Amino acid sequence: MMLLLAVAYNTLVVLTGVSLLGACAGVVGCFAVLRRRSLTGDALAHAALPGLCLAYLIVGQREREPMLFAALATGLLGIALIAALRRWTRVKEDAAIGVVLSFFGVGVVLLSVIQGLPGGARAGLQSYNLGQTAGLTREDVAFIGGLALLTVLVVLVLYKEFKLITFDQGFARVQGWPALRLDLALMGLIALVVVLGLPAVGVLLVAALLIVPAAAARFWTQRLWLMLMLSAGFGTVACFSGTVLSNDWDLPPGPCIVLVGAAIFLFSVAVPPHRGLVGRILARRRCQRDLAYGTLLNTLFDLSEPFLPVRPALPRDELAQRRSWPPATLQRLLRRGVVLGHVDVNHQGVMLTRAGLLEAAQVTQGRRLWAQFLQDHPESAQGMVSFDAASLDTLVPQAILAELQNRLRSAGRLPLALVGAEDKA
Amino acid sequence: MILLAFTHADIDAALWTIAVGLVCNLSCALLGCFLVLRRMSLVGDAISHAVLPGIALAVLFTGQITSTYILLGAMIFGMLTAFLSESLNAFAGVSEDASLGIVFTSFFALGVILISKVFAHTDLDPGCVFLGNLEMVPLDKVDWLGMWIPRAFPTMLLGLVLTAGFISLFWKELKLSSLDPALAAAMGFSPRLVHYLLIALVAGVVVASFEAVGSILVIPLLIVPAATAHLLCDRLAWMLAWSALLSITCTVLGYVLASRWLLNVNVGGMMASVALAQFFLAVLFAPRHGIVAKVLRTLWLSLRIASEDILARLYRLEEKGTEAPTLTESNPWITRVALGQLRRRGWIRYQDGSWALTSSGRQPAASIVRAHRLWEAFLGEHFELPLDHLHAAAERMEHYLDPGLQSELAQALLEPQRDPHGKSIPPS
Repeated sequence: MMLLLAVAYNTLVVLTGVSLLGACAGVVGCFAVLRRRSLTGDALAHAALPGLCLAYLIVGQREREPMLFAALATGLLGIALIAALRRWTRVKEDAAIGVVLSFFGVGVVLLSVIQGLPGGARAGLQSYNLGQTAGLTREDVAFIGGLALLTVLVVLVLYKEFKLITFDQGFARVQGWPALRLDLALMGLIALVVVLGLPAVGVLLVAALLIVPAAAARFWTQRLWLMLMLSAGFGTVACFSGTVLSNDWDLPPGPCIVLVGAAIFLFSVAVPPHRGLVGRILARRRCQRDLAYGTLLNTLFDLSEPFLPVRPALPRDELAQRRSWPPATLQRLLRRGVVLGHVDVNHQGVMLTRAGLLEAAQVTQGRRLWAQFLQDHPESAQGMVSFDAASLDTLVPQAILAELQNRLRSAGRLPLALVGAEDKA
Repeated sequence: MILLAFTHADIDAALWTIAVGLVCNLSCALLGCFLVLRRMSLVGDAISHAVLPGIALAVLFTGQITSTYILLGAMIFGMLTAFLSESLNAFAGVSEDASLGIVFTSFFALGVILISKVFAHTDLDPGCVFLGNLEMVPLDKVDWLGMWIPRAFPTMLLGLVLTAGFISLFWKELKLSSLDPALAAAMGFSPRLVHYLLIALVAGVVVASFEAVGSILVIPLLIVPAATAHLLCDRLAWMLAWSALLSITCTVLGYVLASRWLLNVNVGGMMASVALAQFFLAVLFAPRHGIVAKVLRTLWLSLRIASEDILARLYRLEEKGTEAPTLTESNPWITRVALGQLRRRGWIRYQDGSWALTSSGRQPAASIVRAHRLWEAFLGEHFELPLDHLHAAAERMEHYLDPGLQSELAQALLEPQRDPHGKSIPPS
């Protein structure tokens, strides 16, 4: 009974620690992701390994504070190096990050030196590669708790400023905010979270702790504070359940945490109604389908126009040729027309129905108005291209709309006038 | 005497280790050039992590540790990484860096779990995959075409041959799409084929290198020699050559330094460290793009400008008939150097507590004042600027107008005698 309690107590300590860590990483990661600095966390973690090893070599044993400090120092040095390379040489940001990731190689050399030392093999610095949560002690957790408190405090106090430099750094500078110092504060927070995450999640995957919850939260909301809360929640859940899974299945914790995070991310990609992938793909397909169908009606109207008011039967070949539609596409569009009652298809060819003629005239009118508008006012049409008459109504002043209609009417090209239904426009 | 300590087997092993290292590092360095130029360095990093599940699955289905299926699995996962992160970016609006980060960390995590769970009892050891084991490569030899060579060697050689073939076959397309993607698209090249072929090759080469340097240490050998080469030259062919050369030196030096006769440390890590050292040397000392060269160029330029300013100033004072003051107010240090230089050249002299032009210094001084006033005349003629706006612009331009440009300006202005302020323009 006592043993069980002790185990439960240890587990509780570890779980509290990683959950707090996940929450911090979630909050700080939001800013990293929004500032497009997701991979700096990765570079920082890789550059921290030589620091950890150096601290071990100097101190001679695993001690939390010196190692933390050294990792922080080399990690930040790596970040500074990225900025310096970008500023003073022709090395681009991606290659600069690649160079800093390569610091890991120096770390590996130092690791092999440590392993050669007496007692070095037992130092267990390898656990930094993929993390090892079981080793978290109460003091570690207290440390992480302190960090969580610090993160929350800093973010609360500097919320407005962080928001500003995250979304518009140039504006922040013009407004007289110390943009550089705020940026450094943010970078410092990121570095602190990464370095504290190293023992739990490992060098190779700690970057995911920053990126994944934040990127997932981004799908659910457009508001920063909500994104921060959601991201903190996702981070907590990922770390908590990842650690539980890694205990159950005897796996390194880093990968488990990342995979739980990935699952949350996938869910967030797919599900949210507005920004979710499924919803977006459906909306896009719908839009493409409607556009193609509008084009079919438009083409039918153009071809029928010379014969009006008689509705002629148009040969399919002519239709297909006019828009160079593949047969399958034409077939699909025609089937839709038949279902909607706009089109009659028989052995003579394709014919608009009475309702179809009206619909086609409306679609064609919208498009012709647009074309006329683009022709007459190319300068004001910049950037607002659509073939929908309804949107032209809302975009263009009534006077211009009437003028466009008159021009089409006098050229005998106003579709709704041609079918005798102008009053319905 | 030291040579006596090496046995024949030692030397044989060393040579094979270096050969294996060279072959895989060369392929990495060549492909790395295109990654760096296309700003895809981090895609390379992502691929090197994300191929892990491909390897694990290939081993799972074929039951063999070394097989061409591993290569295939890795290539598929490499392309999948690129495709998924591009799709996340394009269709779901996740920023480029975040989508890359999410995809590769997830795949890597999956790979680690597969390897440590499914293959707990095989010798596919995660530590080995991460850090490689170059030292062990020559110990595992097979008979290949009658030669007794390391088992990993043919695969790696194939990687190098494929890389060289790909680069020479797609040279034109690679060059165009790497250096000017917009032009390539406008000319109707489909960049996708080259893009995905490049990614597949990177994945293949990365896997071939796993055995040698491991998944994490591939990145230094993929990106760093190429980034170094980019600092050293401006032509693509030379960049490839430099990158290859640098990867050869870092392989050999890294091996020698790490060997158990010297430092006795991890070979892959040492190669990465040497590559980094080469990179930082290039950052500092590259002939055109190095920081030292840039600082020196700036220094020379400011020295020349300081000297010319002194000459022009002395000329104007002489014109006005006043004496020169001490001339050290603006930037004392550089002005002092410039004064010393001009004096040694015999263009100015110091007498009775003030500086003056010598007869041989009067001509260069006149040339600068001529440039200044010609430019003022030109600005006054062709731009609607108030008179007091002419001087500052001319003060900058005067240092860049050589005699040829001066005479062109004079001709265009019909040989003016006076500038807009009414001062006379010295003859050339």
